Amino acid sequence: MVNGLTIGVIGIQGAVSEHLTSMRKILEETNNSGEVFIVRNKDDIKKIDALIFPGGESTIISRILFKSGLYSAISKRLKEDNLPIIGTCAGCVILASEMTDNKKDVKLLSAIDMNVKRNAFGRQKDSFEKYIDIKGFSKPYNAVFIRAPSIEKVWGNCEILAEIDNKIVMVKQEKILAVSFHPELTEDLRIHKYFLDIILENIS
Amino acid sequence: MEETDVPKLKVGTDKLKKGFAQMQKGGVVMDVTNAKQACIAEDSGAVAVMALERVPADIRAQGGVARMADPSKILEIMDSVSIPVMAKARIGHFVEAQALEALGVDMIDESEVLTPADPFYHIDKHKFTIPFVCGCRNLGEAVRRIWEGAFMIRTKGEAGTGNIIEAVRHQRMVTSMIKKLQIINDDELEKLTEEYAESYRRTAEVLTGKKVADDIPVFEEYTYKEVKDGVRKILNDIKKTYHRLPVVNFAAGGIATPADAALMMQLGSDGVFVGSGIFKSNNPTERAKAIVEAVANFDKPDVIAEVSKNLGEAMAGIEIETIPKEQLLQERGW
Repeated sequence: MVNGLTIGVIGIQGAVSEHLTSMRKILEETNNSGEVFIVRNKDDIKKIDALIFPGGESTIISRILFKSGLYSAISKRLKEDNLPIIGTCAGCVILASEMTDNKKDVKLLSAIDMNVKRNAFGRQKDSFEKYIDIKGFSKPYNAVFIRAPSIEKVWGNCEILAEIDNKIVMVKQEKILAVSFHPELTEDLRIHKYFLDIILENIS
Repeated sequence: MEETDVPKLKVGTDKLKKGFAQMQKGGVVMDVTNAKQACIAEDSGAVAVMALERVPADIRAQGGVARMADPSKILEIMDSVSIPVMAKARIGHFVEAQALEALGVDMIDESEVLTPADPFYHIDKHKFTIPFVCGCRNLGEAVRRIWEGAFMIRTKGEAGTGNIIEAVRHQRMVTSMIKKLQIINDDELEKLTEEYAESYRRTAEVLTGKKVADDIPVFEEYTYKEVKDGVRKILNDIKKTYHRLPVVNFAAGGIATPADAALMMQLGSDGVFVGSGIFKSNNPTERAKAIVEAVANFDKPDVIAEVSKNLGEAMAGIEIETIPKEQLLQERGW
């Protein structure tokens, strides 16, 4: 048990409150005290132990991230002390080093050695839920894919944690997790727990 | 966990529909009428675009029956951007909705901006795999649309006017009623349930010419009792669990400036639709960007002030009082 964890959720656009709720629940369930709050100012980046990048639209999240100074504040923490981060859906895109399409509308954080493809599974009518196997999880996980990206290619220290139909959907590189689906939309908190374990290991 | 033994893929579930709407939160959905406008909207940071043949201001000015847009127009817009594309169907016109679903649009707006097609019923939105957004003026309309399967609610406002007053009115009506819901007792909640379900019963009575009992179907196959049970459950969920609408709640109808957008956000909206406000202004690109920034920074007055500078003229607005009552779009739907 650790007291006083400080976890930020990037609050620009998308499923922000859902991550807030899931992370608070898992802290409570594991008897860890801490604060989970919405980050919208660059100064908040200095005081956090971990960061969550929610899903939404990558173009807009990236634009505001850059304009608000959050982008450089996060890059700094990534370089200086390996800030634990989880990115889901659009958040997964922003953590990447490369994007398959060459549109320059998203400034990537290059936190993970991976190439991502946006809307890799199609439009909303093709969005789906599916039980998938995740490395290290004893039972399948009901993953919710909404106009989801896929991870096309990984290299370096990037470890693949889940795939469906030869498309990579979850990876880990040191203290950073990228998930192409939405763990914040299900009651199953195992992915938030997995991330919490990374955070706890990092501060111990 | 028996489901885990059958790892089958599910599409069109409530979770996926609700989830799509959740991904739009904090964003600006912009009305566009062609591929060029769609690209401007995307480059300006729109979270999605609404594909239309005419923006509401033109529909208002030109009159006539407003219908679903030409599918070739919608496809042209879908091909030009990577963000989600929404499109409008007329109230009750489930075949337009079926066509939009077949085209593969990401969300359907059952919209009062188009001419209503059915004097009795809104679309049974549960029958579709893609999500719907519907307009409302008050909590009753919101609850009925949610019961019918909408996973996003927006204020109706008064589209095509560039006048924010009606959107503010509708947002405040919903919020104040949700507040009231917190303090009413079970008897009062039952009365409210009856009141909100009333329009379904009345419609059935008009159509059948006789009194409707609890076991009579009043909306598709649903009996009056089932409607009341559904409405009661939504009201109880709002009262006990959500303390707000149980689905994503956007503002629409009259947003013309960054400050208008931020005002709606501060009043509790999850995001905004901007219809005529962007492409009827004289500098669409800058105005679109400014509105996006204002929504993302809705609680930072310094940012609102900064992005509001030198945007040129906003769309010419209309005083609501000058519009004949029969031409008010918000009066459509019930």
